[in-house]
Order: sequence, then structure tokens, then C-alpha cells
Amino acid sequence: MNKSMFNLAGVAVVVGALALTGCGTRGGASASGSTSTGAPAATKIAKIGVIAPLSGDLSALGLGIKNSVDLAIKQANESKAIPGWTLELAAEDDQATPDVGKNAATKLASDDAVVGVVGTLNSSVAQSVIPVLSAASIAQVSPANTNPSLTKGEDLANAKRPYANYFRTCTTDAVQGPFAAQYLLETGIKKVATIHDKKTYGQGLVDNFTTAFKAGGGEIVAAETINPDDKDFSAVITKVKAASPEAIYYGGEYPQAGPLSKQAKAAGLNVPLMGGDGIYDGNFIKLGGAAGDLATSVGAPVDTLPSAKAFVEAYKAGGYSEPYAAYGAYSYDAANAIIDALKVSLASATDAKSARQATIDAFAKVGFDGATGKVGFDEFGDSVSRVLTVYKVDGTEWKPEKTGSLK
Amino acid sequence: MDLFFQQLINGLSLGALYALIAVGYTVVYGIVQLINFAHGEIFMVGAFGAYATWMVMGQPANLSVGMALGVVLPLMLVGGVVASVVVALLTERVAYRPLRNAPRLAPLISAIGVSVFLQEFVRLFYGTIPFVARIPGWPDAKSAVPFPSISGISDASVQIGGVLVQASALFTLLALVVCTVFLWFFVNRTKTGRAMVATSQDPDTARLMGINVDRVIVAAFAVGAALAAIAGVAHGLRYGNIDFRMGFLAGLKAFTAAVLGGIGNINGAVVGGLVLGVVEALASNYLGTTAWKDVWAFALLILVLVFRPQGLLGAKVVDRA
Repeated sequence: MNKSMFNLAGVAVVVGALALTGCGTRGGASASGSTSTGAPAATKIAKIGVIAPLSGDLSALGLGIKNSVDLAIKQANESKAIPGWTLELAAEDDQATPDVGKNAATKLASDDAVVGVVGTLNSSVAQSVIPVLSAASIAQVSPANTNPSLTKGEDLANAKRPYANYFRTCTTDAVQGPFAAQYLLETGIKKVATIHDKKTYGQGLVDNFTTAFKAGGGEIVAAETINPDDKDFSAVITKVKAASPEAIYYGGEYPQAGPLSKQAKAAGLNVPLMGGDGIYDGNFIKLGGAAGDLATSVGAPVDTLPSAKAFVEAYKAGGYSEPYAAYGAYSYDAANAIIDALKVSLASATDAKSARQATIDAFAKVGFDGATGKVGFDEFGDSVSRVLTVYKVDGTEWKPEKTGSLK
Repeated sequence: MDLFFQQLINGLSLGALYALIAVGYTVVYGIVQLINFAHGEIFMVGAFGAYATWMVMGQPANLSVGMALGVVLPLMLVGGVVASVVVALLTERVAYRPLRNAPRLAPLISAIGVSVFLQEFVRLFYGTIPFVARIPGWPDAKSAVPFPSISGISDASVQIGGVLVQASALFTLLALVVCTVFLWFFVNRTKTGRAMVATSQDPDTARLMGINVDRVIVAAFAVGAALAAIAGVAHGLRYGNIDFRMGFLAGLKAFTAAVLGGIGNINGAVVGGLVLGVVEALASNYLGTTAWKDVWAFALLILVLVFRPQGLLGAKVVDRA
């Protein structure tokens, strides 16, 4: 083959490869839910989307979310919750990155059958996703976003709801941070060093914690940050150790928190590391979380509520390969909230797309006892439940320490 | 004062990691004038290769210090080195050699492509026989994989005065010293090493002198990859986990270190790595909060390049006539 033909072939291969990489999202699990091979022709299809990290560091949480929504959808289809309609799952991977999340949201928004979305996990991704879904009038219920500004706007003192389509089933950092501060003060810890990963969630959580801790008489002896991509925390730990804190409060997620805790203990800083719901995962312990480390999570422990037991059993029977993780129960409740709203909006709708606005309007009346307790939404879209639990690492798993509401 | 020395040790151990990876960048650049952007991923592959060796050994845990340090660790190092050298040589053969005479941009972009390919390959296919099945018991590389702890290194530490030096930090520094000595010996006392120096000075004349330039380039890639694999194992021991993205940031910092020390100069890579690590650790302590750590590291790079463009140890580049 002469040189120019070789060049042409090479160019064709490269162009083809580039074109293929442009199609679809990486690691997207959209194939798993959107095929309608099993649906009978008589019923109409409505899809509930999921936007969560299905690959990467936080995939343990994201897959738990996806599976729990899938469980809710399967149960609704079996019990024919919405007559004349079959529900399907349309899961998209956001890789915990705002840009990828935005693409996923655009993809779901352009799918006419999508009437509601459960997601996202990360508050930073939500900031990109909510405007896209809001423009398409798709209801979005998050099982895990804890940043208060998503429902109350930037100025919490004069709260104004920025997006009417956004709701959440979990409590916010405005509650979670102060709850942790109260707990630490009650156990007699007065000097705390804070570290966060500079992302929306971590920073917001630490800010809320700091305000409440100082107001309660505590002292923040060091306030440091790390890069989420860093592996070496020795510089931060040495600096924090010099300030002699009695505990470290970390705002961020378990892929960094685990190694941070491990490196801190190895460097001789033997104080408990406390974090929010972002570190409340089995992988935290696998990656280095030590006995005595603490985390807060929204809601009461899943196994203590009778409504939760039904969820746990159904999930086990569903045969999912990943555990439901920290947000499984919230995602289940979020999906059921959407299904409840759909019962009202799809009853008189001809197609899925026209029911979108009616679904959002129906949320105001949604109220039931879900796997995480009382499910309902206030005028900002926040959950009406403000129960939180402190968990402590005991050996190789998290054990509930204390459940309560914010005082 | 204790704080200073503690941060110094932290910086040196981090710098040693950068230095081990930077040598790979500098050696390849010296010979083929290619910035091998995939070198960070070679580092990552080395770490995963060592983990695979540990899995194949049956996941030995809770061994005596002698067994762990004498048998398990060397085998893991060998496994890691084999994995990264094989991958490096494959990429050289497939992605760089055909582009040897292409415009300079082509191999650069090819290197970026290899980097992305390797990251995704490990993320998707580690622990599986590709497209066939998952090997039972092997971890999923989609999230961070906890690295096995080697008794004697992962859990030991030495208290010198007010400074706590962890055994894993000592291991990294020791690895750097051993590798630097080996490199000096290799470059100055062996035929292949001298051939590498000759090829980096003038490849055409080297060819005229009877040096097989292709072989020399393969040797350069292999040496760089071996060092990166050792760095990968040191990283796993120090931080307790490895993940498919660890090569990206480490590679970027190591490349910075190589440029800082003078790209093309092996001693420069070592010095650059150590300097970068120490600056990061000390600056984050004494100049503002740790949020500024990367700012100081890259500000240093800019300053050095402005006042000494050839890097700290680089020779002034003479344009080949």
C-alpha cells in the first residue's frame, strides 16, 4: 500500500475513533434500564432517571443509589401503582464531576419519557445539573445533597428558593454541621482542627460546623485544606499536629478521609477524625479509618425503623451485587416520592413529557412513612425530617452511637 | 525546630517519590526528545503489578518481618517492575517508534492518548480477563484499592528526638539512594549506559559509531519504567492505597521536577524531585495554609525557568548546527 493510501486509512481510523469516543458517556449504565423489550404494548412508558457516580471513587455510593431506585421502580410496576403506565430506570453516570453531570442531565432532559430524576450525590454536581433539569421542568429529588444553598439560595438569612423543581430527602449541612459540633462539645472536646477538600460539600459542611462549634464555646485550633487528588497528607498532618487538637473535623468524602485518618494516626496524631455523611461508608474503614473515628449521617439507622426493615429485606431479595450504601434508603424514598407525585400527574396525562410540570406541582402534597422516616417537603423543597445519627467505627464497621434531632 | 525537621522529612520522602518518577521522564527526553506523558501511568501500572503479584502469591498477610521484607517485598517489586517495563516497551514499540520521524507534536499527542488508554484499561479491566470474566477475589479498580501492608515497613516508625520518621518514608528514601547509585553505575560503567549518553548527544553520529539506537531507546524506556515501578510500590506502602488515577498528579509533579532540575539530566531529575518535595512541605507550613502548597511549588518552577531556563543542573543547550 503506498504512503498516501496508508495516510488516508490512518486518518479514517482516527476520525472514526474520535467520533466513537464522542458518543455516549464513559461507563454510562444507560443500557441497563432504558430498553423496553419487556414492556407490553398497552402501557405507556415513563422513565425515572438517576444521575450519580456509577464509576470512580464514589461509585459505591452511586451504585447503591441506582439499585435502590431500581428497587422502588420494580415494586411500583409489580403493584401497578400507576395504572396504564410502566416505569423504567434511566441511569446516567456523572463521575462525581460537574461537567459530566451536566451532560447526563442534558441527555435525560432531551428524553421525552423522563418525568423525574433521583440525583445527584455531590452538591457540586447538583449545581450544574439543577438548572438543566429546571429548564426542562423535570422534578429532581436528591438523596444526598447536603449543601443548604441548593434550596435556600446563597444568603441563608434571607432564604429564597432558587429552583422550584428541586427537592431532597436528606437534611442539609446547616443541620449536620451544628449537630456534629453539639456532639463533640457534649463529649468534652473543646479544641478541634478542621480540614476540608475545597469542594462545595466539604467547605460548606466545615463552615457550618465552625460557626456552631465556636458559638458553643469551642476553639478551632487549625483550619487547613487538602486537594482531593492528593495522596500525601503528611504536610497538613504535621501542621495540624503542631496545634494539638483533640479531634479533627473533616469535610469531604471517604476516598480522602480514610487515608487521611490512617496517615494521621501513623504520624502520631491519635485523635478521632469526625466527618459528615460523605465519609459514612464501609470503604472509609477499608481505606484506613481507625477505631474511634466518627461520622454523622442523616436520618436514624436504617435497621431501627420498621419501614426501613421492609426496604432492607426487599433490597436483599432483589439480588443486587452492591450494598445499598449510605444513601440507599434515601434514594428509595426519593424514588417513591416521585412515584407518589406521578400517581397524581400521570393519571390525566397523555404522554410523559406533558406531565413534567404537574409532577413538580404534586410534590407539595407528597407525604408518607418511608425507609428513612417521615418523607415530606417544606416550602423550600427540603425534607421535613431533621433526625441525624452519629456513628462510630468499631473494629471493622460503623456502629450507631447517638440518634437525635438538632436542638 | 522539630516541626521544621518533621516537615523536612515529609518533604524529602515525597520528593524521593517525585525523583524516582522524574528520572523516567528525563531519560526518555534526553534521547528521543519526547515528553512521555504516559510515564505517570507506568508508575501506576507498576503499583498495580506489584499488587497483582501479591494476589498471585495468595495475599500473604501478617507475616514475620523477615519473611515480609525478605521474600514478599522483593517479589512484589519484581512483579511491579516486570509489569511496568512490559507496558513501557509495548507503548514504545506501538505508539512512539512509528512516529520517530513525524513532526514533534505527533508523539506528544500519542503519549497523551496512551496515558488515557492505560488509565481506562486499568479502571475497566483490572482483576478481569478482558471481556470474559472477573477473576474471583480480585478487587475492582474503579475505586481506590487498599495496598497490602508489609510488616516492618507499613507499621514501623522511628522516633529521632522530636521527629517521627515512618519506615515507609525511609524505604522511599533508601530506594532513591539505591536507584541513584545504580543509575550512576549504569550510565558511566556499562556499555548500554554509555551508548545512551552518546545517543542523547547526537543520535546520527552514535549510529555511525555502531550503536543500535533502537536498542538504546528501549533500554532508556526500560530503566525509566523500572524506577517508576519501584516508586509505585513505595507509594502504595506509604499511603496504603493505589488507584487508577494516581499516575496523573504524580506524573505532573514529577515532570515539573524533571524540568526544574534540568530536563535530560538524571542528577537534575533527582535534585529537582527532592527540591520540589521539600518546597511543598516547608512552604505549606511556613508560608500560609496548606491550600497554597501547589502555588509555591509551581511558583518556584516559574522562577527557576525565568532566571535559569536550562533548569537547576541543566547544561546550556547549544543548537545543533
